[in-house]
Amino acid sequence: MIQSVNVQFSYDRNSSFRFPDVRCDKAESLLLLGGSGKGKTTLLHILAGLLTPTSGTVTIAGEDITLMSPKNRDDFRGKHMGIIFQSAHFIASLSALDNLMMVPYLCGKGLNRTDALALMKRLGIDHHAAKSPQQMSVGEQQRLAIARAISHRPDVIFADEPTSALDDANTREVIALLREEAAQAGSSLLIVTHDARLKAAFTNCIEL
Amino acid sequence: MNVMKIAWRNLWHKPLNTILGIVLLAFGIGIISLLTLLREQMGASFDRNVKDIDFVLAAKGSPVQSILANVYHIDAPTGNIKMSEAQRLIRNPMVEQAIPLAYGDNYERFRIVGTNEKYLQHYQAELGQGNIFSKPFEAVLGAKVAAEANLTLGSEFTSVHGYDRAASSEDHHHQNPFVVVGILKPSGTVLDNLILTPVESVWLVHEHPVDPAEGDSAMLAAEEKEVTAYLIKKRNKGAFGMLSKMAENTTMQLANVAVENSRLMNNFSLGTNTVAALAVVIVMISLLSVFITLLNAMKERKYEMAVMRTMGASRAKLLSMVWTEGILSVLMGYVCGLLLGRVALFLLGTYLEEGFHYGLNIFSFSQWEVIVLGLVLILGTFAALLPALKATRTDISKTLSHA
Repeated sequence: MIQSVNVQFSYDRNSSFRFPDVRCDKAESLLLLGGSGKGKTTLLHILAGLLTPTSGTVTIAGEDITLMSPKNRDDFRGKHMGIIFQSAHFIASLSALDNLMMVPYLCGKGLNRTDALALMKRLGIDHHAAKSPQQMSVGEQQRLAIARAISHRPDVIFADEPTSALDDANTREVIALLREEAAQAGSSLLIVTHDARLKAAFTNCIEL
Repeated sequence: MNVMKIAWRNLWHKPLNTILGIVLLAFGIGIISLLTLLREQMGASFDRNVKDIDFVLAAKGSPVQSILANVYHIDAPTGNIKMSEAQRLIRNPMVEQAIPLAYGDNYERFRIVGTNEKYLQHYQAELGQGNIFSKPFEAVLGAKVAAEANLTLGSEFTSVHGYDRAASSEDHHHQNPFVVVGILKPSGTVLDNLILTPVESVWLVHEHPVDPAEGDSAMLAAEEKEVTAYLIKKRNKGAFGMLSKMAENTTMQLANVAVENSRLMNNFSLGTNTVAALAVVIVMISLLSVFITLLNAMKERKYEMAVMRTMGASRAKLLSMVWTEGILSVLMGYVCGLLLGRVALFLLGTYLEEGFHYGLNIFSFSQWEVIVLGLVLILGTFAALLPALKATRTDISKTLSHA
């Protein structure tokens, strides 16, 4: 689970953000909705420990990540969080399957080859296993990104605008997949978006 | 998944730049390794052949040529000298030993050298089969001669006039056949490529045909005879000045082996140093190419790197990935360079074998190559370090926000 309290952040003197408190329990999902310039990505980066807030606390799995050293935070992030970005970035020189195999290499936990292939099959992209991610469609890439974010069963899954590049049909499918997989992994799911199409699908929603 | 696999895949993801770096480095290292191997092996081979020969007494001409011809057997001799004249000089007490050499003929391009048993003793030659020659027209073969000319104990052969030319139909074949009485073990010296026979054979062969059984060497008065050179070992310091003064008003000259050798090596070094400097420049350019390739790759892989950081990769891990990538390409270039240098040495070796009978060993390792490996790894690390640091210093949040 994840909880933030009194988080504030400023890039410089002219733009400072005060964010509402966020709380998302185990196996639950939360939508953070807001237009551009509201600091959605900033908040997500703070919650994921990529940015340090000027004040406030962020607690994940019982630990305050704002107090950790950068190295510990990197390590903690790898083990306890999975992040899905607006546009998926993969290691271009590796196959789709090998990109999944990077998870255990980088964070120390994750799936073996057989299980990773099984996960790809469940997400309907196993026929692309040996291909380069660039050869896959945007929807398929997003599914591969989901697979990569959940394969090590993190405590929290962050998704930054996961549907902005997708059409309605793909959006529904991706959101359903995300919720399903997060539930199966027992992870909290936190989606940051400006995409109002998602509002109907989530009961927990915070508007920025 | 491991760092080697990732680095390897990244190297070949955009192969052209990688190949450029490897090819450049291979050329630079190839030239360096060829030069060092050549210099060391030729130097060692020269040393083995010079052994304790201090001076060469031969006909007037280029001193370098008389050394090349009479010590290394890779050039035509400067001419012949009269034995009577030479005897006066070598009887001087400053001369500890003088070995006569007389030649002018070859068999299958192997020089036939008329000499005495001292020449064999000088190189500590060991007989593999048979005995040493005891009378004219008996021949002792160097190991390579026996192997390549297909001669065995008891074989007979006739010589051809000239030093290195192969026999052709127009050539004058001498009538008196030589008999192989001994074959030497390989020694790594010029003896490997020579056919040794008593001096008298060479004298007799150029006279009217003689029956070897009747060839009485005692009848040949030494005063009328000529030899090509004497290899001289001095007894004490200062012998050179004294002896060469003695040779001044004759048709002979005394060449100082050490002096001419260092002159030869200096000329050789001047040439090789120029090429080596060029090779160093090529190596530097190749490292620059590795550096630029990595720097560009980091620019391209900015997002990948940031995403890996979000997946728990520490800075050190990314650093090791980029470093491995740089070092891998440097190592590949180095290994290709070593192979290239040896291919070149092999080609040169076959060329030299034909012309000069010089064997070069392509499987030996020069200590310089090990030093160069160290230097290349250090410089390669520097070439990889800056791009690697750049990659790890990237602000993940900022990079991903502008994705």
